Amino acid sequence: MTHDPRRPAEPEADEVFAQILRWQQEGRRVALATVIDTWGSSPRPVGSHLAVADTGGFVGSVSGGCVEGAVVGTALQVITDGKPRELEFGVSDEQAWSVGLACGGRIAVYVERVE
Amino acid sequence: MKTAILLELARGRAARQRIVVVTRLRDGAQSLHLANGRQGDLELAEPVLAEIEERGVHDRSGRLRTDPGLFMRCYTPAHRLLIVGAVHIAQSLSPAARMAGFDVAIVDPRTAFATAARFPDTTLVQDWPDVAFETLAPDAQTAVVALSHDPKLDDPALVAALASPAFYVGALGSRRTHAARLERFAARGITGTERLRAPVGLDLGGRSAGEIAIAIIAEIIQTRYRSG
Repeated sequence: MTHDPRRPAEPEADEVFAQILRWQQEGRRVALATVIDTWGSSPRPVGSHLAVADTGGFVGSVSGGCVEGAVVGTALQVITDGKPRELEFGVSDEQAWSVGLACGGRIAVYVERVE
Repeated sequence: MKTAILLELARGRAARQRIVVVTRLRDGAQSLHLANGRQGDLELAEPVLAEIEERGVHDRSGRLRTDPGLFMRCYTPAHRLLIVGAVHIAQSLSPAARMAGFDVAIVDPRTAFATAARFPDTTLVQDWPDVAFETLAPDAQTAVVALSHDPKLDDPALVAALASPAFYVGALGSRRTHAARLERFAARGITGTERLRAPVGLDLGGRSAGEIAIAIIAEIIQTRYRSG
């Protein structure tokens, strides 16, 4: 059995799921963001999760901090209209100076509402 | 994601099941795949199912080659650490291992040691290691560390662990203690002792229980990513 060092850390996923269920019990609406593609060096592997509540609170990570702010903003839109979205971040992105990945990699993030 | 899928995912994770969730990115339709079946509102063609099956075994999350509009996420059970000896160092090693993402179980038949007061929120198995290991069944995602300093406990645990596919087997004790242990094992014809890590842990130079615990979990993490 080989171990892929880039495979997502599952206990972190468990924490994200547990928090989503707690938020739901509190009547909060929630979106789940997932890294679905990476190119070059990226801080977090495919499958990494970030959950966002309608209060703007979040748990987990899709980039180690570089683009979380932008993902949270999109997540709030997804919570409102229920439409899933794909986001891409990287140095070639026009927003590079504000939310680009310092490591020079590129990631795609999928954001969906939990219903 | 439907809450029903999320609940099933959380339930399956707690039961240490291997789970795959497939998402159609266009509209968010999903299916959840377990060893014994699947559920959800996503219809999948035969070649797609074959790819999911094949990649699930190798824990390969990502967009599907057979349909790049689909994303699959593999969830594999957490790695485990079995600690033999509910001793002082175990009180530091258990939380350190949990922080690194391991499921921890502590094996010690001495009920005065293996108490919930000494090990809050920890799985305690109050049984002899050779008996406990029959149920705990160390697999290739399991590390075993013997900390008791007592051959009556450590030896049967290490013998069982060396005979298992556990990816890491370590034992506390000085070089002299370890040499004596190897002599006992050799006399019994026990093989595979070359993969026994002793003295256990990376050589960080630490002395306190917390420092030793960190040296041990560091070596386990290093072994996990360097193996295979």
